[in-house]
Amino acid sequence: MNLLTTMGALPLLGSIFIALMPAANTKLIKQIALAISLLVAGVGISAALGFEANQSGYQYVEKYSWIPALGINYQLGVDGISLILILLSVLLVPIVIVGGWNESENGRFSVKTFYVLILILETMMIGVFAATDLFLFYVFFEAMLVPVYFLIGGYGTGARQAAAVKFLLYSLFGGLLMLASIIGIFVISGNQIGRTFDIEALSTLQIDSTTQNFLFLGFFIAFAIKAPLWPLHTWLPDAAKSATPGTSILLLGVLDKVGTFGMIRYCVELFPDAARTFTPLIITLSVISILYGAFLAIGQKDIKGLIAFTSISHFGFITLGIFAMTSQGNSGATLYMLNHGFSTAALFLTAGWMISRRGSSTIADFGGLQRVTPILAWSFFIAGMSSLALPGLSSFVSEFLVLVGTYTRYPVAAIIATFGIIMAALYILIPVQKALHGPTTPGNENLPDLNKREIVAIAPVIAIIIALGFYPKPALDVINPAAQETITKAGFSDPAPIVGGDK
Amino acid sequence: MIFDAPALEYSALAPMLVIFGAAVIAVIVEAFVSARHRAPIQLAIALGAIVLSFAQVLRLRGTSTATAAVNSVVVDGPVLFMQGTILVLAFFAFLLLADTDAFAAQASAVPGSNEERTALQTGKIQTEVYPLTLFAVGGMMLFPAANDLITLFVALEVLSLPLYLMAGLSRRRRLLSQEAALKYFLLGAYSSAFFLFGAAFLYGFAGDVSLGAIHSAVAGGSSNEAFLLIGLVSLSVGLLFKVGAAPFHSWTPDVYQGAPTPITAFMAAATKVAAFGAMLRIFYVALGGAVWTWKPLITAVAILTMIVGSVIAIAQRDVKRMLAYSSIAHAGFLLTGVLALNQEGLKASLFYLASYGVSTLGAFALVTLVRDSSGEVTDLNRWVGLAKRSPAVALIFATFLLSFAGIPLTAGFIGKFTIFTAAYDSGNIAVVVAGVLSSAIAAFFYIRVIVMMFFTDAQEDTVTVTIPSLYTNITIWLAAILTIVLGVFPTPILDAIASLATFVR
Repeated sequence: MNLLTTMGALPLLGSIFIALMPAANTKLIKQIALAISLLVAGVGISAALGFEANQSGYQYVEKYSWIPALGINYQLGVDGISLILILLSVLLVPIVIVGGWNESENGRFSVKTFYVLILILETMMIGVFAATDLFLFYVFFEAMLVPVYFLIGGYGTGARQAAAVKFLLYSLFGGLLMLASIIGIFVISGNQIGRTFDIEALSTLQIDSTTQNFLFLGFFIAFAIKAPLWPLHTWLPDAAKSATPGTSILLLGVLDKVGTFGMIRYCVELFPDAARTFTPLIITLSVISILYGAFLAIGQKDIKGLIAFTSISHFGFITLGIFAMTSQGNSGATLYMLNHGFSTAALFLTAGWMISRRGSSTIADFGGLQRVTPILAWSFFIAGMSSLALPGLSSFVSEFLVLVGTYTRYPVAAIIATFGIIMAALYILIPVQKALHGPTTPGNENLPDLNKREIVAIAPVIAIIIALGFYPKPALDVINPAAQETITKAGFSDPAPIVGGDK
Repeated sequence: MIFDAPALEYSALAPMLVIFGAAVIAVIVEAFVSARHRAPIQLAIALGAIVLSFAQVLRLRGTSTATAAVNSVVVDGPVLFMQGTILVLAFFAFLLLADTDAFAAQASAVPGSNEERTALQTGKIQTEVYPLTLFAVGGMMLFPAANDLITLFVALEVLSLPLYLMAGLSRRRRLLSQEAALKYFLLGAYSSAFFLFGAAFLYGFAGDVSLGAIHSAVAGGSSNEAFLLIGLVSLSVGLLFKVGAAPFHSWTPDVYQGAPTPITAFMAAATKVAAFGAMLRIFYVALGGAVWTWKPLITAVAILTMIVGSVIAIAQRDVKRMLAYSSIAHAGFLLTGVLALNQEGLKASLFYLASYGVSTLGAFALVTLVRDSSGEVTDLNRWVGLAKRSPAVALIFATFLLSFAGIPLTAGFIGKFTIFTAAYDSGNIAVVVAGVLSSAIAAFFYIRVIVMMFFTDAQEDTVTVTIPSLYTNITIWLAAILTIVLGVFPTPILDAIASLATFVR
């Protein structure tokens, strides 16, 4: 019982436990952190196995009164979309801990603090996806910033403080705009159905179109900063370049998904009319993001910067899929969130290992790694292929679904977005060629290949990428009903296929 | 002619009487007890009086609301809540005052004189700060309870006069301290004059000084509207000065910086409760009917205050001045609660005042700990890298800053949320938007301090963090715990407020 609370509380309790441990024994701390995160992942998998995909509405529902004076409840529940994202979070955390075993060593704060922060962050990530009370969601949404801020600023490299502050200020600004909207919808709920934050109740409100547009914008800007969508993306490359690879995985893999998740759960479901009004604008911004991210990724000399810009392009696809307002588009977007999480994880893990071996993050410093470190090179290659959506790897399915889903309603946008795929080939293949093939750059001859620990970290990621590429059905079975429900709640139906040429 | 002694309802006045009585006793102690025993006795009297007075507040909580002293004082739910808040804050403030190191040995001695030196060396340290603070506390408790303009003015002076003196008592940097006191006094006297002027015009308008009568006159639509307008504006100026709202805020940074830090803590936390308490009563009870006259004015002041406070705080390099500007910004947020003019607004304001007071007191208490050989170090550039030397101090200070910034799970967030909700509910969306945007600006300088403490390496290593005395320790920890608890489980306080929040005319 109370599976979600258990899952969310475990890492928090673990972080308290670690905080009370002596700081000297770093190895034991790491092992305990890993054990806790594996335990949480186990709970997450069991939640996924027990999930009834065909049942509508939220499952594993829990509801307790928290601040009755303000109608605030501690209320959790998952549908297909949030379940997938929670699963992504709890699977990535142990991978990050194993993959970045040593990245906590050279920080400003102690090793212990690193794992305390990571585990607190895990609690927040589970909470933000599981919350079905708008206030609770906001609490997690904002509180999540604090551990990430310290992770970037405390353990990153380069201009890490500036990046951390930029990240925090952008996010806080968006969060405050969202707070204004939350207050607005809260007051409206008080006038219509009695004060509540229950999102299912809130979606039944009758809001006039002007108010709805303003409230929608408050939410949307916050999520577009998080996601990030052009032109609100500028914090991301800085943060990704400065953060440790492990932090970047959680930042791009999970935290940014809060933005796209929020667009589905809050923007579309709470304000369907406003969502319809703004769809052309958002579709345009998404297409710009796709092309802009891809274009800048081609020009990147820094390998972390490259991954950041490819992500901006990919988030363009996800947003496109969400606002196409078709069930394929929506399913594709959610599946894309899952796949992007794993392919980004693979990219950042391998890139992180390359950087720590070579002591540089410039792509030009690598070369001929295929010969020196074959396993590392193959891993990077597969991660790259997944990022450019090679058929047979997981991203292909989701990208295809997004484009098909978009085409049925916005053919022009879908066609332009397709160019993003071509550019993806460029931005992945050029660095692959530079870093992995060709003659070995002098000084790189003796780089060690992946050790056992690193193989253990990357293997499950690659396995998932390939498995979901060939057989995405288990994920789609969970996502599809929820996506369908979202589209229905938003008042859309899929355009009927046009049969035959004659009318 | 026979004068009947007026019935005073001592029971309802008990919380204030206890404090005033203790203040008088403290004066006698100051005069007759030897210097060596004075400080502990004074502290015991003050804390004892506060506990006793708080017990009286708790006792009155259950009784039906009543007016006392020939209708000049009203003891209703909001008053009791505010008196309770002021007493809790004063309790903590006295614990900070107990660290007499902050105060001049003899306030009357000329700075740098032989007289001052001998007083310090021989330990002839005066402790007049205790009775002064007690008088101020009494005035603060009376201010929100006052039910007519005369009592309001008397309370205003009773709370202000000791504060003017206390601002000048600093042991170190005495000239700065005395300058602050003089500035505070002159500007305060000026604003008192405005207040009195406004009170006179309101009397001319209503023909009576009681708030209830003014309410009836406003509702009845008396003919001399001009009197109402002049009175209202002047009275508002006097009150806005006390709460530190722009454009009447300019004393705040100087006084906060110059005054001894424990006094600043007390002033920043408790004065705000008292002044906003009185303001809420006047606008809700007496002038609610004339809302269309003052709403645009106060809206403009609120927005201006938020922006001025947040923007100028960015440029501050002194932690006390930064907190002063932050308190100005918070005055702007609190004005949105006055503007809401509904039950929600009152409840939200009461919660906001309590949570803000606690965090402010804690923040200033922490400032007293960061020192070098010549006393407190308030220059922010020297706070750099504090987290390395004393993680606990940095962490707790960060907690207070996050609460000021309104990050969820802190008291400041619940306060901000409820007060903006009330404002939105009253249809004043412009104020909500301005509040949200200036919160974003304010977040910048709060975070900058956190960056300084945690992420920057110290250049010089002359700043130390003193081990806090037991009293200061208690204050800081309780303030930090309350800041978190009020953010996570605000229900008990919110329920208490909900059961109390009705003004009586």
